[in-house]
Amino acid sequence: MNVRFLYPVVVLALLGILFSLANTPNMVTHTLPVSQHDIAQMESSSFTVMMDVLTHQRCMNCHPNDDIPKQGDDRHPHYFGMARGINDKGFQATNCHTCHQSVNNKNSGVPGAPHWALAPASMGWEGLTRTEIAGRLLNRETNGNKSHEELIEHMTKDELVLWAWDPGVNANGVQRTLPPVSKEDFKKAVVDWFANGAVIPTK
Amino acid sequence: MKISFIINGMSKIIDVEDENTPLLYIIRDVLDLKGTKFGCGKAACGACTLHVNNEAVRSCSYPVKFAEGKEIITIEGLGNRAKPHPVQQAWIEEIVPQCGYCQPGFIMATAALLNKVPRPTDKDIDNNIINICRCGTYYRMRKAIHRAAELSAESSSTSFKITD
Repeated sequence: MNVRFLYPVVVLALLGILFSLANTPNMVTHTLPVSQHDIAQMESSSFTVMMDVLTHQRCMNCHPNDDIPKQGDDRHPHYFGMARGINDKGFQATNCHTCHQSVNNKNSGVPGAPHWALAPASMGWEGLTRTEIAGRLLNRETNGNKSHEELIEHMTKDELVLWAWDPGVNANGVQRTLPPVSKEDFKKAVVDWFANGAVIPTK
Repeated sequence: MKISFIINGMSKIIDVEDENTPLLYIIRDVLDLKGTKFGCGKAACGACTLHVNNEAVRSCSYPVKFAEGKEIITIEGLGNRAKPHPVQQAWIEEIVPQCGYCQPGFIMATAALLNKVPRPTDKDIDNNIINICRCGTYYRMRKAIHRAAELSAESSSTSFKITD
């Protein structure tokens, strides 16, 4: 066989191999250092988890912007005309503690937790975006002059906040809806978000 | 579990199996004080209102364990025929009740209001007296509340004193 006839074939084969290699995905893996982008992603994740809870009705119902507490998953106005009143606890003779005690009541279905009350008016969240809520949360003029450490303490240890994961049953004996995130994951998200600077993602 | 409290001026010790039993049940079924009514059982209507340490409380939603060491006043202890409480007197004068079932709760809520706000405005009444009356005696009750405030003011300037 004449070798001269094989020469173009070999050249074409080599060209094919080279072309093929040039279009093969790069199989080398790179370990990148933690970048600003990664930190932003982590913050964003913590922020999302935290906000999934804060915007849930178990939290939002007592953070109204119209001084009217809300009830239920449909966030209807509290029955009987109850409102913020004095010190966020209702009126002189008829107030939160007329019906709400320090524990849930499975007989009546009335929820309860220590210091049951509305959040201060400055912490009204209804109708706000997540970033606006975060803004109020971090602003000492609206958050009761709380530092980051105090906010972490409040959000991860306050019995009224944590009541959201133990909301008891309603008057029909039906378990109230829980926040979409577990208590442990929420606490971790809060701690992580503050540890990473409490950056509000869209800002 | 033993729970002790003072009710209408009398010391009581009761033995309960379930400390979360509503105070209302104890008062009606154990202490046989039937003036405090069961209405809705979910702290909505106010028929079960009584006073615990001078605060109005919906007793259907009040576990008896929280009554330990406290002072309870029911409608029976507010006043009597010989010496009605100003709110009871005003209720009589204004002929408030129709069927009457909800009235003890309204009277107790009103007495608590007058302890805090001696001369309540209509707005104060709207805010604080939020019980439910299916006979719709609200108009007469409003008149009676204002009358009770007058009677209380008169009595405080004479010999009668609201002790609750």
